[in-house]
Amino acid sequence: MSRKPRPVGTSRREILAAGAGALALIVARPARATPESMADAIKAFVGEAEVREGRVTLELPALVENGNSVPLTVKVDSPMTAQDHVKRIAVFNERNPQPNVALFYLNPRAGRALVSTRIRLGDSQNIVAIAQLSDGTFWSDKAELIVTLPACVES
Amino acid sequence: MARALINVPAKAKRGDIIEIKALMSHPMETGYRTGPDGALVPRDIINRFICTYNGEEIFSADLFPAIAANPFFSFTTIAMESGRIAFRWIDDRGQAHLETAEIAVE
Repeated sequence: MSRKPRPVGTSRREILAAGAGALALIVARPARATPESMADAIKAFVGEAEVREGRVTLELPALVENGNSVPLTVKVDSPMTAQDHVKRIAVFNERNPQPNVALFYLNPRAGRALVSTRIRLGDSQNIVAIAQLSDGTFWSDKAELIVTLPACVES
Repeated sequence: MARALINVPAKAKRGDIIEIKALMSHPMETGYRTGPDGALVPRDIINRFICTYNGEEIFSADLFPAIAANPFFSFTTIAMESGRIAFRWIDDRGQAHLETAEIAVE
């Protein structure tokens, strides 16, 4: 009767320890790309040139169940002749650990500017594809998608 | 590096645009993932892929960790002449894997 019951809740010491553990987890997470770092990566690719919307079609599923393997297709409206062709296509992301996805090099022997691959997505985000044409102009397309099970969350 | 799957039509008409597909088995370890011991697994990816047609480059790519494991690419080329289409994958350690396919153009 006279015995003082032990507090039911968690002790101050335990809370502090748990807090420190949670903080360590947050710190251990690698830095993420941001819309700003994507903008920097795009600038490194295009330089001072103007990027116009159009001519590029970026095909991605709108809703992705598994971020570990997402089909991506880029098409560019180009005759692919020696005078007028696509030289490079770059793909960027906003929220993976780094903003670059891939850089494709094409030439008139492709016949068609059409490339497919599979990518990883760490989160729901915008993906941007930019094509550099032989006349030096840059064209882009953007796709927004939702990822229900992102890549890289679990080991 | 291990197995590759490539898909090139065995025959084509001169001037036809053909589709080429290439898949390479590779974990594409991003370097951002932790292993069972909690430590980061070191990055190990294929960072370059090159396709040549009778020695001339027709397609290549610089790859980043955002490319899915077992990297897959599909692209097109104009069937110019009979010969060999060669594929080369280069990983972070500088190791290269080569595959070739023959094509008959008539």
